[in-house]
Amino acid sequence: MNTSVAWLNAFLDSPKTAVELRDLLTAHTATVEELIALRADLASIVVAKVITEAPHPDSDHLHITKVDDGSGELLDVVCGAPNVTAGKFYPFARTGTTLPGGLTLTKRKIRGQTSNGMLCSARELELGDEHDGIMELDVDVAPGTPFLEAVSVGDTRLIVDVLPNRPDLLSHLGVAREISALTGASLSLPDIGATNVVIPEAKRFRRAGNAGGIVLHLEDAKLATRFMGIVIRGVKVGPSPAWLVERLIAVGSRSINNVVDATNYVLHELGQPTHAYDFAKIDPEPKMPEKTIVVRSAKNGETLVTLDGVTRTLTPEMSVIADSVNAIGIAGVMGGRDTEVTEETTDVFVEAATFDAPRTRRTRRAAGLSTDASYRFERGVDVALAPRALERVASLIVSLAGGTVVHEPVDLHAGEAKRVPLVLRTSRVARVLGVALDAARIAELLRLIGCTADAEDGGTIVHVVAPTWRRDLVSEADLIEEIARLHGYDALPTDIRPYRPGTSSDAPLWTLSAKLRELLSGAGFLEARPIPFVAGGEGHVRISNPLAENEGHLRRTLLETLARRAEHNLAHMQGNVRLYEIGSVFAPGAEALPLETVNVALLLMGDRDPAHFTNAKPARFDAWDAKGLAAAVATAAFGNAILEPSADGGDVLWNVVVGGQRRGIVTRVALDAPVWASPAFGVEIELSALSNADIAPAGEHAHGAVAPEPPRAVSKYRALPTTPASVFDLALLVPETVIAADVERVIRSSAGELLEQLMAFDVYEGAGVDAGHRSVAWRLTLRHPERTLRDKEIEGRRAKILTALQSELNVRQRST
Amino acid sequence: MTIDEYKTRAEVHKAEASAQILAAETTNALEEARTAVWSRTVQQSFSKALGELPAEDRREAGRVFNELKEHVDGVLAAQQATIDASSRATAGPPFDLTMPARQRWQGAKHPVTLVIDEIVAIFRELGFTVALGPESESEWYNFGALNFPADHPAMDMHDTFYLGEAALLRTHTSPVQIRTLQSYAPPIRILAPGTVYRRDPFDASHAPAFPQLEGLAVDEGISFVDLKATLMHFAEKFFGKTRTRFRPSYFPFTEPSAEMDVECVLCAGAGCSACKGTGWMEILGSGMVHPSVLEATGIDSERYTGWAFGMGPGRMAMLRYGIPDIRLLYDSDVRFLAQVAE
Repeated sequence: MNTSVAWLNAFLDSPKTAVELRDLLTAHTATVEELIALRADLASIVVAKVITEAPHPDSDHLHITKVDDGSGELLDVVCGAPNVTAGKFYPFARTGTTLPGGLTLTKRKIRGQTSNGMLCSARELELGDEHDGIMELDVDVAPGTPFLEAVSVGDTRLIVDVLPNRPDLLSHLGVAREISALTGASLSLPDIGATNVVIPEAKRFRRAGNAGGIVLHLEDAKLATRFMGIVIRGVKVGPSPAWLVERLIAVGSRSINNVVDATNYVLHELGQPTHAYDFAKIDPEPKMPEKTIVVRSAKNGETLVTLDGVTRTLTPEMSVIADSVNAIGIAGVMGGRDTEVTEETTDVFVEAATFDAPRTRRTRRAAGLSTDASYRFERGVDVALAPRALERVASLIVSLAGGTVVHEPVDLHAGEAKRVPLVLRTSRVARVLGVALDAARIAELLRLIGCTADAEDGGTIVHVVAPTWRRDLVSEADLIEEIARLHGYDALPTDIRPYRPGTSSDAPLWTLSAKLRELLSGAGFLEARPIPFVAGGEGHVRISNPLAENEGHLRRTLLETLARRAEHNLAHMQGNVRLYEIGSVFAPGAEALPLETVNVALLLMGDRDPAHFTNAKPARFDAWDAKGLAAAVATAAFGNAILEPSADGGDVLWNVVVGGQRRGIVTRVALDAPVWASPAFGVEIELSALSNADIAPAGEHAHGAVAPEPPRAVSKYRALPTTPASVFDLALLVPETVIAADVERVIRSSAGELLEQLMAFDVYEGAGVDAGHRSVAWRLTLRHPERTLRDKEIEGRRAKILTALQSELNVRQRST
Repeated sequence: MTIDEYKTRAEVHKAEASAQILAAETTNALEEARTAVWSRTVQQSFSKALGELPAEDRREAGRVFNELKEHVDGVLAAQQATIDASSRATAGPPFDLTMPARQRWQGAKHPVTLVIDEIVAIFRELGFTVALGPESESEWYNFGALNFPADHPAMDMHDTFYLGEAALLRTHTSPVQIRTLQSYAPPIRILAPGTVYRRDPFDASHAPAFPQLEGLAVDEGISFVDLKATLMHFAEKFFGKTRTRFRPSYFPFTEPSAEMDVECVLCAGAGCSACKGTGWMEILGSGMVHPSVLEATGIDSERYTGWAFGMGPGRMAMLRYGIPDIRLLYDSDVRFLAQVAE
């Protein structure tokens, strides 16, 4: 919220500096995000007087002026504002001046005419939104006087981050009340020059009441807990005095006219939105003897042109203020343009209501329109504030615009609910805060913020009634928070106290992820964290409200997003891509929630090694690299894995099979890639499902139901061999139809238990090899655990293996 | 075999071996020759023959064998030296040791992972373990159990991606608090790192999916002092000796709530554009677990109290490594990812 330091100080008997206010509020109440010295950026703007004004010869809207900026010679300045008038004063930026928006003025030609600087509008100086013309100054100073000296704009704006639990801080009164509580300064409403105005006391009704020529109706108390109105006749609408304009500018609002400004002033001063209507335009053809104004739900399809000029179609979930025929305002959000107060207005009807917070929130969302008023109503406005605000705004209007109140105002209100005192235990304060505060101190702190607080039962409990403006204080926990912040978070000790270890161990998935990150980072891969949205389609989980259609679904696989990241790298001429990710993927589930799984995936393409003078053209990654990485990852994750050739004939090369179950794939990855790019390969392996099912019903737990972790698989020590191994090679002539797995199976079954290692280490096709065959060399390592194998034994094994290969697979030894 | 025959055999072998070794002109050829004439097998055949001699001749045979061995080893070494010398002579300039080393591809964990790992390591020293939870959640776990009132402006702090009517992408890691409290009896001491989602357009300072790290401690006698002390300890470990401050804040699921700031790492508290002139940087939100959160998970809020915090490892990584644009974290540019290896 925008808060003016000068305005806050007007409430207090001892003024504070902006920095003092910032530090106090931030430490105890709400964070002041920024101090904006409102005019520091205008230091080089001067007041200049336009001496002559003439139309630009080559333009139908530009003017050529001679400007006196106090420098002693008149400057030629081209101005596009329709309201530029000879003899008047305007803020002037000389050449070389930087405007608040960052524009630095230079001497330049506009349609052939030299312009030495610029006469500024309010918007160009960031003093408001006014951009229809330049800012006419009602001052009597020498040209060249700094703008900041001529116009009182030395205030500082505090940007206060008011969080949803503290709607009472959405006004200067609320913030000043906090300062008063924190400093002991006494608090009173600022003088607005209306001390002589007397507004009659409101008359209370439940559902309807006459405010003098107009009858107010509240259709349903669910729409508003309070609806008040007053008629002021014979006002003279006109500009507001400078002090009021400055107050509004200080909070970032703009001046419109004295009546509207009065309502805006009260909104920022007290936090109560009010609205002024042109009385004559409400219910111009009344059906009853008196005009009617009613708070009701909007009718379906009803339309209203709001103050911002937008025609809005209303729905029944919105609340409106209506006359006997038409809606004339969206309740708590924005008034209608047809009943706007203008310079022709002579009688006004002013409303102050307490609209229902959730209802206003729904209304605001349905209308797609957030305003200062709706912001406050949906956070909750103190129901006790409406009469004060109505009296204040009426007094201000009468003092600024004249007019009289001829009838007492109407107050439609069922009366205030009795507030039940809260019971606060001093023992609970000590338990939550970790320090013991006695009942007297607790009561003293709570009284500072307007509570009644009475210590009872020997100081063990304090009975507390919160003030009306602290609707958020409804439980003991709320009061403890007040005590903590008023006492000061900084005043609490900072010693680490003994603790007990928790009952849960690291999530196994976390431990596994950490292990795989080490493995893959060590293998030269870079960890990616892509945004997990994809264009997707059938089979993907749909996001109901995506940011964009091309990211309208959740990914089903990590490789979908890694592929897009690889393309991003290729677009930046990076062809060596080795990325991995451990993250969630989603598939549509049978119930409302999707099936969520955590996978690990990696994508590789480009050079297998960095270039080196010994290896100027490194080989590219190929499918065998991917297969090896898949095996390494799966083994690290599950202890063992089989890579089964895929039968699908598409991009998938192998399935990663663990314990008989397919857990992943090794695949070619199709990319939108430039011609120079290497082929890309991917591995994706499912690590663990991540259940999003309910653990226990609301209000219950399932302690003890967590399955114990399975015992960790540990590989045991095997004695190191003490006997020598015998290694020999078999060069085999293998028909093309026979696969390595078959050869391996036959060798293993015929070699016997002494076979320690087996590996195909060379493949050759071409000259010297029979057509339809490959030559594959296998290396066998045999070892007897207790003795050295004799040559004869080895020969025997070799012969047995070759016989088996010949008979089972028609695989022969290659003749040399 | 007699000792004389043994001697003859040794003499013959000495001559043959020398001839073959000296014929080798390359290192490879020399190795081939060595395998042929002085392999383990060859040497073993001499010791085997020695073993078959009468006992009184074995000492003499041993001497003969040692002499043979000395000779052959000597010839091998001499020939290797000759080959080395000639290869230096013919290979042109000497081996240039200033040429670059052979490199391997360097992998790296993501900067966010590095930060998460460091945070976890610091809290692990204080007895915390890691818990995980799903990113797809029901409204109850994400909002209801965490004391979010329906139709309340508190919801505006969480612009949510919905997956149909009843499911959503979690807007914070706090649902893991609920899942943990329902699964394990106090004492609870967990950290929950994970990805969360907010419906923010992807720009230099916002991402629609980003990392968060939650902490939760629940036990008898846990107080705001524990919260403050633990988090200050963390800040000191993570940021080095630095000033911290706690400000009042608001989260529906904690009360009292506090935000912790550390002195701006860029201007050391002097005030700069990064800290909007305040001299402080917001690091985490925290608070005492709201009694209604404990009650929502069937835990007696009179007996147990707790505190919780949440922080943004993405933002902390940006601060630590001086990363100016949040999109760099998620674009996965290999040049970026390879930079921040630790």
